[in-house]
Amino acid sequence: MAIFKLDITQEHCPMTFVKTKIQLSKLNPGDVLEVWLTEGEPLENVPKSSREQGFNVLEVSHIEGAIHKVLIQK
Amino acid sequence: MEAPDVDLGKLPITQKKLSLISFSGDFDKLVATFTLATGAAAVGYEVNIFFTFWGLDAIKKKQGRAFVGKGFLGKLFGFFTGGLRSAPVSRLNFLGLSPKIFRYLMRKKNVATLEELVEAAKTLEINMYACEMAMHILGLEKSDFIHEVKGVLGVATFLEISEGGRTIFI
Repeated sequence: MAIFKLDITQEHCPMTFVKTKIQLSKLNPGDVLEVWLTEGEPLENVPKSSREQGFNVLEVSHIEGAIHKVLIQK
Repeated sequence: MEAPDVDLGKLPITQKKLSLISFSGDFDKLVATFTLATGAAAVGYEVNIFFTFWGLDAIKKKQGRAFVGKGFLGKLFGFFTGGLRSAPVSRLNFLGLSPKIFRYLMRKKNVATLEELVEAAKTLEINMYACEMAMHILGLEKSDFIHEVKGVLGVATFLEISEGGRTIFI
């Protein structure tokens, strides 16, 4: 199992979702993607859409200010 | 630019579906089309885009102005409509200056440009189709389009593939 990091704090819709999906598709089953994102739509919908697509959301935690971290396992 | 090596076939299958009819070849409307398409694909939708009339400009291999098409009138139309890079904005085009300003602003504000959205659509394996009737009028062939275009369709087949999902006309 490997952990990969993706920072989408500077991205806007739809690239927040697009980059997460593309990065997840490159991982092997069991790998974890650590996504740094901002509150609002990315925080509300990246974990939700990941769950809906069958990925395992391990953790959603606050980093600082508007920035949060989501751990998604493939 | 080549799409990265991605195996989307191994991702979970979803039943949600969005079909877009891309009629307009306008820059801003193409941005809307590809934003909806890539966003939906990224959150798990099956996405189909049916390009017809001016929308076909977005999927031409030659992205600038070129005499693409059969016959004198076809080639002339092909030249004046151009491809993705020569798409005008639907309002205040200012003889083609506005799309350049938009591209500059999108890059400056870190918003995906039209070209980046199209590349993302290819990577996400969005289903792109061309309208047989519009191609016939404009003298275009499937070989005039990017290879990601999966097929040439008529209304009946489009209705079949879009059934059970949402359809949006842009």
